[in-house]
Amino acid sequence: MNRMERRLVYMDYNATTPLRPEVKAAMIEDLEVFANASSMHEAGRRARARVEEARARVARLVGADDPERVIFTSGGSESNNTVFATMFHLGRAGSRRGIVTTKIEHPCVLNAAKWLEAEGFPVTFLDVDEYGMVRLDQLRASVGPDTLLVSVMAANNEIGTIQDMAAISGVAKAAGAFFHSDATQAVGKVRVDVREWGVDYMTMSCHKLYGPKGVGALYARPGAPLEPLIRGGHQEHGFRAGTYNNQGILGFGLAADLARAELDEYSARVRALRNRMRDGIVASVPKVRVNGHPESVLPNTLNVSFPGAEGEAILLSLDLEGIRVSTGSACASGSLEPSHVLLATGVGPELAHGSIRFSLGRDTTEAEVDYVVSKIGPIIARLRAMSTVSY
Amino acid sequence: MSDAFAWLYSDVVKEHFTNPKNVLNPDEGFVSNAEGMTGNIKCGDQMMFLLRIEGDVIADARWKTYGCASAIASTSMLSEVIKGMGIKEAYNIKPDDIVKRLGGLPDNKIHCSVLGDKALRAAIDDYLAKNGREGEFRNEGARIICSCLNISDRDIEEAVKQGARDWNGLQERTKIGTVCGGCKTAAEELLHEYVHIFA
Repeated sequence: MNRMERRLVYMDYNATTPLRPEVKAAMIEDLEVFANASSMHEAGRRARARVEEARARVARLVGADDPERVIFTSGGSESNNTVFATMFHLGRAGSRRGIVTTKIEHPCVLNAAKWLEAEGFPVTFLDVDEYGMVRLDQLRASVGPDTLLVSVMAANNEIGTIQDMAAISGVAKAAGAFFHSDATQAVGKVRVDVREWGVDYMTMSCHKLYGPKGVGALYARPGAPLEPLIRGGHQEHGFRAGTYNNQGILGFGLAADLARAELDEYSARVRALRNRMRDGIVASVPKVRVNGHPESVLPNTLNVSFPGAEGEAILLSLDLEGIRVSTGSACASGSLEPSHVLLATGVGPELAHGSIRFSLGRDTTEAEVDYVVSKIGPIIARLRAMSTVSY
Repeated sequence: MSDAFAWLYSDVVKEHFTNPKNVLNPDEGFVSNAEGMTGNIKCGDQMMFLLRIEGDVIADARWKTYGCASAIASTSMLSEVIKGMGIKEAYNIKPDDIVKRLGGLPDNKIHCSVLGDKALRAAIDDYLAKNGREGEFRNEGARIICSCLNISDRDIEEAVKQGARDWNGLQERTKIGTVCGGCKTAAEELLHEYVHIFA
């Protein structure tokens, strides 16, 4: 192909996002403030004020009335694990021990739940329907007086399906169970309100919303018990010890503020691009399957199965064209099992192996979408032509 | 494109992935007298070899695969290597030989190159069967796993093809590991691999 036509197109924003230039500039400026935000002297107080301003900004993004209940962590995995560690302590002390979660959670929730299961906690992994939605009847049947925690992700990282949070929280509340949601993929992409969703705990990550890596947060409703995962000093009211990550936290606060201000514009613009891409692929590639919910879906996430072509081969073909995506194929992960999320939606392994996740972002342009659509057709045709699988 | 991160695998893999050799083109009317297929798309890879064998020499070969870049590249490489080769020699090609020619593959990708030689052997077995020589190469290139009872990797492969899915099933069919039992770990690894490929 003509080298001049080659573009670099990043379409893996659910994996991580680039740092916004304004956030990067503010973090670089903040590097001059080296003081420990726990120090009592003036420099320490100034550093601490920036941390608390960031906390208020993050709280505002998710509708939390009480910023003190936003606890900064190292990221989504730590926030999720803090909740499960809390349940470990509560379960050992009390009579409720049941954990109800889903088959489509991020590995850090799945593995934390499996840890509790190994510790003797009864754990239920709920099925989802063909769109990736939790079946409310199954949820109701699984939750009872012994249930300690219901943990359901707000939006799925692979297929983008957004759960009916208010309904799920209603079921958990009615049974007297705590409700946790891993909202890592939702925060910054769709409107998130901890009161409307009725969450007791909610996990957030900063690097998914154009902020730095290595910082996240856990929201805990006032009154919801919390056990520290990391013990030490009195930072974060004793819920999370460790010297403040000043620059990371400052970057998180600014990224959260910008995400809140731009949410409607971002959502409308990216959804239009995502739908343009979906329509373009469906029109130009025969026999594809669009995964995830048709409406209740993240504005930026498009997951497509290409029968007859294998995911890693598609991913690497796109990579050679400068296009960065993810796949649910087992071959890419080095395991033998394809995406647990797609399998849970009832997509057969044959289709799951041939699935690609395109996740768009605030920098995505119409020209990029059209470029990817123009490249995907010939790539799929080439792989299908050498495939043993008829489709 | 010269930096180390521009491509995931070796340049040879890239060449065979982007320009695979000897892919079956349905329009060319390729005439074959040996066909073999192996793998399972449920596991993410499946391969088919078509050979034209003349006087026990592979005159020409075509293939198709549903699989990842490594699978495509290793099948392509294998199809080049076997042209003009005697069927007995081709039957003895090891996945390692192909991996070396490809400039290496990551450990978790070696599996992809194993399927190519299995499909090739299936095609040669098909040729032998069609010519009244069924099973003639059964013990070619075989590696003894259970030295007490002289049971090879080929015997384990055959047992899996016949329906063995676990250690008990394998023992029922082969009696493997019923004397000293020292082969169990190695045999179970092969069992797992073959169940993945053939089941």
